[in-house]
Amino acid sequence: MLRKRKLRWLVTPVIAMVLMFTVNGIVAAQTAGPTTDDLATSTNIMWTLITGFLVFFMQAGFALVETGFTRSKNAAHTMMMNMMVFCIGALGYWLVGFAFQFGGVNFTFPALGKLAANSFAPGTLGDLTGHLDKWLIRFGQTGILGGDGFMLTRGVRDISGILAFFLFQMVFMDTAATIPTGAMAERLKFTGFVLMGFWVSMVVYPLVGGWVWGGGWLANLGRTAGLGNGAVDFAGSGVVHMIGGAVALAGALVIGPRIGRFNADGSPNAMPGHNIPMGVLGAIILFFGWFGFNPGSSLAFVGTGRNLAANAAVNTLLAGGAGGVAAMLYMWWFGPTKKPDPGLSVNGILAGLVAITSPCAFVNSVGAVAIGLIAGVIVCFAVFLLEKLHIDDPVGAVPVHFFNGIWGLISVGIFADGAASSAGWNGVDGPVTGLLFGGKTQIVAQLAEVASIFVVVGGLSFLFFKVLAALKLLRSEPEHELMGLDMPEMGAQGYSTVDVHMHGSALPRQSPRIGPASGR
Amino acid sequence: MTKKIEAIIREEALDPVKDALHAIGIVGMNIFEIRGHGRQGGIPLSWRGTSYSMDLIPKIQLNIILSDNNVDKAIEAITKAAHTGKEGDGIIFVYPVEDVVRIRTGERGHAAIMYPDDIDTRSGKKK
Repeated sequence: MLRKRKLRWLVTPVIAMVLMFTVNGIVAAQTAGPTTDDLATSTNIMWTLITGFLVFFMQAGFALVETGFTRSKNAAHTMMMNMMVFCIGALGYWLVGFAFQFGGVNFTFPALGKLAANSFAPGTLGDLTGHLDKWLIRFGQTGILGGDGFMLTRGVRDISGILAFFLFQMVFMDTAATIPTGAMAERLKFTGFVLMGFWVSMVVYPLVGGWVWGGGWLANLGRTAGLGNGAVDFAGSGVVHMIGGAVALAGALVIGPRIGRFNADGSPNAMPGHNIPMGVLGAIILFFGWFGFNPGSSLAFVGTGRNLAANAAVNTLLAGGAGGVAAMLYMWWFGPTKKPDPGLSVNGILAGLVAITSPCAFVNSVGAVAIGLIAGVIVCFAVFLLEKLHIDDPVGAVPVHFFNGIWGLISVGIFADGAASSAGWNGVDGPVTGLLFGGKTQIVAQLAEVASIFVVVGGLSFLFFKVLAALKLLRSEPEHELMGLDMPEMGAQGYSTVDVHMHGSALPRQSPRIGPASGR
Repeated sequence: MTKKIEAIIREEALDPVKDALHAIGIVGMNIFEIRGHGRQGGIPLSWRGTSYSMDLIPKIQLNIILSDNNVDKAIEAITKAAHTGKEGDGIIFVYPVEDVVRIRTGERGHAAIMYPDDIDTRSGKKK
C-alpha cells in the first residue's frame, strides 16, 4: 500500500534524472558517433589482436611438445629455449625484423583501400598512408628488403592498425623461430641458441617472409610474370613453417646426431621422450592456437575477410583431424609394433595443421581433408627417411614443418578452388585457382616459393650454423650432453632430486630433547 | 635368530602381498622400486617408429625383518599373494641379520621388531 506522503522524497531525484537523460540525449545527437568504416576497422583490428594472442599461446604448445619428447635431464634447458626464443625474437623483430619484412608493404599498392587484405597492404586495419612504404632494396616494383618501421618509430604510436599488425606478425615470426629448437634439442649450446634466435628474427625470416607477405618479388610473380596470383601463402606453410623447418634441417645437419643415437653400423637406437602427457597436451594447445594462426590471417572480419576467416577455421579443424587419423592408422597398420603410436599421432595432427596453413582460405572442406590425410602419411615417411639419412630430429620438427610446409605450398597450386572471396589476391584480378580447378600457373608460383625458401633460408642458415660450429658455439661438450644440459648450461635441475631433503626441513620431535631414551 | 626376507615381486602384486602380510601379523616392512629381470625376455616397445626392448623391467623389492620361526609363514603368505603362474612372478631371498636397533627407544635385538598385535603376540610368544 503506497503512502503518498512517504514517497514525496522521490520527487526531486526523479525530476533530476529525467532532465539528465533528455539533456544528454540532445547533446549526444549533436556529437558524431563512430562511422560504419570506423566500426569495420575496429572489428578488423580487434580480430587481428585477439587471434594474435592465441598464436602467442602456441609457444606453450611448442614448449610442452619439445620437452615431453626429450629426456628429463634436459627439461630445464629445452623449456628455457622455448620460453626465451619468444623474448629474443620479440626484441630482434622490433629492432629490424618487422621493418625488413614489411617496411615496403604499402609501397606497391598504396591506393587499394579496404579490400587490401587480398593484396599487400593490410588496409583492412585502417588508413596506413605514409607508413611502411619504403624499400631498402628494390628493383622497380620488385621489393627485396623493406626499410620502414624500425623500432616502430615515426609516429606509429597512435596507429592501432600498425600496432596490431606488428603484434600479429611478431607472434608468427616466433612460431618459426621456435621450430629449430626442437630439431637441435639435447645438444644445442645455449649461446648458439640465442644467436640463432636473432638470426631468425632479424635476418632470414624477415628477408624471405617479406618476399611473400611484404609485397616482395614472390608475391608479385602474378603481376610481373603471369604466374597465377603470385606466390600465395595465406597463413604461412611456407613463410613460417617451411622457413622454420629449413633452419631446423640446416641446424640438425650441422650439429649432428645425439651421442648414442646411431650405432657404428648406422642402425638407430630409440631415445624415448620422458613425458608423453606433456607432448599430447602440447599438441592440443598448438591445435587451439592454430585457430588464431589460420583464421586470423584474414586480418579482417568484415565482408570478404569474414568469409576467408570462417572457411580457414573449418579447414584448419578438418585438416588437423585428418592428419592425426592418417598418422595413427599408418603406424597401427604398418608401423613396427602395429599399435597406434602417441608420438607420431601428435606429429600427424601437427603435420595436417602445417599443411593446411597456406591453403586454408582457398580450398573447400574436401580439399582440406585430402590435404590433411596426405600430410599425416608424409610425416611418417619423413620420420623414417631422416632416420635412414642419419639425421637426428628428436621431436620431428623437420618432418612436420619442413616437409609439410612444402606440401602446404604445393597443395595451394592443386586444390585452390577459385572462389570469389580470393579475387584480387596479390593484386591479380582473378581468384586463386589450382590445377584441379583449371589453374595451370599457380603451381609454378608455389614452387618458386618452395625453391626460394630451400635455397636462401636453407643455404644461408647452413652457412650460419657452420660459422657457429667453427667458433665452438653450436654443440655442447660431450660430457655435458651425457649428464644432461640442465646443470652445466642452466645451473639448475628441471626436476629437482634434492628438494625434499635439503636444509630447512626440521625433524619433528615428540617432546623437547631430554635424553636418548626418553619415556622408557 | 633374526632373518631378513627380500621378496622381488611384480609391481601390481604389492597391494595383495602387503594385505596378506598384515593379515598374518607382519607389520614392519619397506619397499624399493627396482628394475630387473630373471629369465623373462624384454618387452618390445617403440618410440617414433624405432623399436627397442625394455629388458630391465620395473619390479618391487619388499624387505621384512622377522624372527626365524616366522619365516616360513611369511614366505607362504607372500607366495600365495604374488603368484600368477606366468614368467616374472619373482623370487625371494632370505638372509641372516646380525642386529636390529629401534631408533626411537634404543631397543635392540628381538624387542626392536616387536609391535602390538604382531605375529608373535598373536601366537602367544613373548621375548
